[in-house]
Amino acid sequence: MKPFEYAAPNTLEEAIGLLGEKWGEAEVLAGGTDLVTALKQGIMEPDRLVSLKNLTSLQQVELREGTLHIGAMAPLAAVSENSTAQEHFPSLVQAIEGIGSRQIIVHGTVGGDLCQRPRCWYFRSGYGLFGQHDGESLVLNGDNRFHAIFGNEGPAYFVHPSSLGPALIALDATLIAVGPKGKERTIGAGDFFKTPQNEDERETVLRPDEVVTEIRVPLHGLKNATYEVRHRQGFDWPYVTATVAFQERGGTASDGRVVLGHVAPVPWHSEKASQSLNGQALNEPTAKECGQAAIVGAKPLSGNRYKVQLTKTAVKRAVLSAAGIEQEA
Amino acid sequence: MASANWPEKKTWSYLRDRIDRVDGPVKATGAARYSYDVNRPGMLYAKVLYSQHASAKINGIDLSGAKSMKGVKATWRDEDLIGSEVQYAGQMLAAVAAVTEELAQEAVKQIKVDYEVKKPQVIDDDPEYADDRASRREEGNLEEALKGAEVVSEGEYGLPVVTHCCMESHGQVAEVKDGELHLWPSTQNVSRYADQMGEQVGIPGNKTHVNTQYMGGGFGSKFSHDKWGIVGAILAKQSGRPVKLMLDRDMELMAAGNRPSAYSKVKVGVKKDGTITAMDEEVWGTGGPANYRPPPFPYVFTGVENWRQVGRRIRTNRGGQRAWRAPNHPQGCLITMAAIDDAAAALGMDALDFFRHNTQLTERPDVYREELDVAADMIGYRQKAHPRGDKTPGPVKRGLGISMHQWGGLGHPSECDLTIHPDGSVECKIGTQDLGTGTRTVINIVVAETLGLALEDIEVKIGKSAYPQSGASGGSTTVGGVSASSRLAATSALNALLDVVASELGVSANELEARYGHIRVKGDPTKAVSWKEACSMLGPSPINKKGVNDRAESREKGLIDGGVGGVQMADVSVDTETGIVTINEMVGVQDCGLVIDLKTAESQVYGAMIMGITYSLFEEAVYDRTTGSMLNADMEFYRLAGLQDVGDLRVHMMGGEKYAKRGVIGLGEPPVISPGAAISNAVANACGVRVPYLPLTPERVTDALEKGGMSV
Repeated sequence: MKPFEYAAPNTLEEAIGLLGEKWGEAEVLAGGTDLVTALKQGIMEPDRLVSLKNLTSLQQVELREGTLHIGAMAPLAAVSENSTAQEHFPSLVQAIEGIGSRQIIVHGTVGGDLCQRPRCWYFRSGYGLFGQHDGESLVLNGDNRFHAIFGNEGPAYFVHPSSLGPALIALDATLIAVGPKGKERTIGAGDFFKTPQNEDERETVLRPDEVVTEIRVPLHGLKNATYEVRHRQGFDWPYVTATVAFQERGGTASDGRVVLGHVAPVPWHSEKASQSLNGQALNEPTAKECGQAAIVGAKPLSGNRYKVQLTKTAVKRAVLSAAGIEQEA
Repeated sequence: MASANWPEKKTWSYLRDRIDRVDGPVKATGAARYSYDVNRPGMLYAKVLYSQHASAKINGIDLSGAKSMKGVKATWRDEDLIGSEVQYAGQMLAAVAAVTEELAQEAVKQIKVDYEVKKPQVIDDDPEYADDRASRREEGNLEEALKGAEVVSEGEYGLPVVTHCCMESHGQVAEVKDGELHLWPSTQNVSRYADQMGEQVGIPGNKTHVNTQYMGGGFGSKFSHDKWGIVGAILAKQSGRPVKLMLDRDMELMAAGNRPSAYSKVKVGVKKDGTITAMDEEVWGTGGPANYRPPPFPYVFTGVENWRQVGRRIRTNRGGQRAWRAPNHPQGCLITMAAIDDAAAALGMDALDFFRHNTQLTERPDVYREELDVAADMIGYRQKAHPRGDKTPGPVKRGLGISMHQWGGLGHPSECDLTIHPDGSVECKIGTQDLGTGTRTVINIVVAETLGLALEDIEVKIGKSAYPQSGASGGSTTVGGVSASSRLAATSALNALLDVVASELGVSANELEARYGHIRVKGDPTKAVSWKEACSMLGPSPINKKGVNDRAESREKGLIDGGVGGVQMADVSVDTETGIVTINEMVGVQDCGLVIDLKTAESQVYGAMIMGITYSLFEEAVYDRTTGSMLNADMEFYRLAGLQDVGDLRVHMMGGEKYAKRGVIGLGEPPVISPGAAISNAVANACGVRVPYLPLTPERVTDALEKGGMSV
């Protein structure tokens, strides 16, 4: 790994001052579960690491005025073990538990989960964010079994790895980002992720000199759940995830949201599936239809058609789980 | 005189008992030092530069950038490769030894390689890429037999390339001191690891010492010193300092060996009563640039009268194959057992009845029948079995699968040196190695049993080339080899001691026996001297005896044997909406002759079943067809099963006079052969369609369901 300068400032202002104006100059070190691997793989070679470990105020998780305030440096376990989250945001808790590795859940942070880099094996093998070779996409011509089935017009074909993104979007969360001179931005979770169009961009709307400080999740009374299709039960990436949230009155859904994970370069908000829930009785046929609606417009690549079937199933099961309907085994 | 033959069961003190492995505590606490843990004063760290390209001519390797770095103490490049071609990505080109690991890594980056890149070929599952020349083996009249069959079933079956994925990678620590070469390698072959190194390193064999006390797995990939072994020693000689060279995980997975793939099309003809009459196979696969030998066919059912095998090799720019735990048997087993299971389903016959009926076509019908019955009882086959396709409602389908396997496992040549000291202490030296299988424990048990002593009274010394030669640990040959040589050495030493005691007590040596820490007159425990007292009669000279395992002689005596059968059954669930396969339960029933230590034997089978579940559900080496690079040369996407993935595993070791009288037979290989077939058959039984290729991932399962018209 390339030698770098390491800083662990005591204030947010100092931390932001140590960041660069361009991506790649400096990297924010939170839990390090992704960044350290990326440094070892040589796919990130910053001149400086800015650790946020001394900014203890960013580790708080507390309920204030009907909103759960989650510090960006809060370990994932602090959310999954939080009683408000457990009561109101099962989708968030399930997403964290789905990570499967206790080490990552304890050491990884909420902000880190949102800002981690894609796991695309071409990217991780050193072929760049888009996995290109001689101007051609290795992903399209190669093994793309884990790649995107939505939002894959290119040049990005990877899937966003965030576990929490889909749940935060479904739950109307907002993110606070702070930049130079204490300038604060409030970003809706749904607006936070973006598909990069060139290799110099990142997968979020953050600027190189901004830090995510907090995530706010309002208690909107949504029923919600996350369902993951995963093979290995220990630490592993899911094939597909679906988070579903809706208001329920008298067994009927309204204000539906369906957000998919690991199917697109961003957490994928499925409008069609979301709408399909509204005004429908919560039962197996509605869940099935919602799953069907979620795969409209899917454009599988040469080797990932199976993810369409998995998406349909994940959505159906997430709807049933959110509605508290037991599924036939 | 004590006989070297195995004692009768009624006198066993340790044999077939459940004994904890003697080095368990040091391994569990981390006190055991593996090759990776060996650190010598002033040691340098070596890092390897490997080819980024799967196919390229190497025009030059420029070491100057690395050499000029402060802290770099030695460099090496492969002179033979310059002007020649690399065969696969991961092939070793050069190496650097430096004062820190990080510096060595940085220095490797400064090496400039002039590549002339060529188009690689890494596809291994498409017969279009096969060599024109096919191998052909046949017997009987296949065409006629197929015509006369009641049912002919056809199917495709296959397994991809998987790696050995040893937890400890390949490598060693090397040190040249006073003109002598000391090596601490991770090897399966202590006695002969350094053979032929001398010439290349420039230090003769009589000044070379190998020491491997603990090593983290080999599975057939660690017989040779490999090029990196030579290079590590050269760097140590060049720098005058000890050098640690262990492969990083990526190169370990790319270059340090793999199991060749096998893909096939098979036809099976059966008679109305279920007898297999014809088997026809076309098979192809890759061993990388290395040779390709088609897997055994028909597997286990060698009595099938009419069969043909046409095999084709696909040459690929991937790392070369090596022996992988039971070389070629898992492939042969999956193909045969899945194909005949499909035939049973086509005939409408219960799989257990079908396998049982066809045991007449195997070399050990009685053993297999007995094992099938035990396994069926253990898994509750008769209660759970249903015809192919679980018809119960809901997306999750459950099914059972059966497989049978065979292996040799005759003990290898082994020599043991056993000393009884006048103070009563006993030491036993064998130039063997313990790969984690329990070799140390087995030797300890055999010597303690023979001398009538407690386990802790024996000092077992293994893992050094200075000790008497013993074979490489491969082919399940170690337990037979070391138990015979240590039994022979201990018996011979005991007889020398009995002679001395006999004359002291004024009885014949034939009347004496060694039991419970005493030398006593048989049938009269009152006439006894303690072991210590007996040994004190030796005066100043210890007894030192050698035991040599001559395979034919030991087999004749009933000390060891070869040839075993095993049966495994799996109970799985298949989520037909996601293609996720879950192991509910798996049973392994295994014969290995006389069991020395039931606990480590069972552990071998558990470990093998876990390894088998891993290659059945998760493992495969994935290559990019454009660049030829391995895409999952890491522990993230080269996926292995964890404990939560393996379900409820149960093991039964066959026992009783019939098995024990054959003597000791190896066990490392056989139980890893069947899991692929047992699980694949269980998945077919659950969801009603055959998923042709392992691993049984959601993409393959959902695809098979769709093609079979079973998708939901």
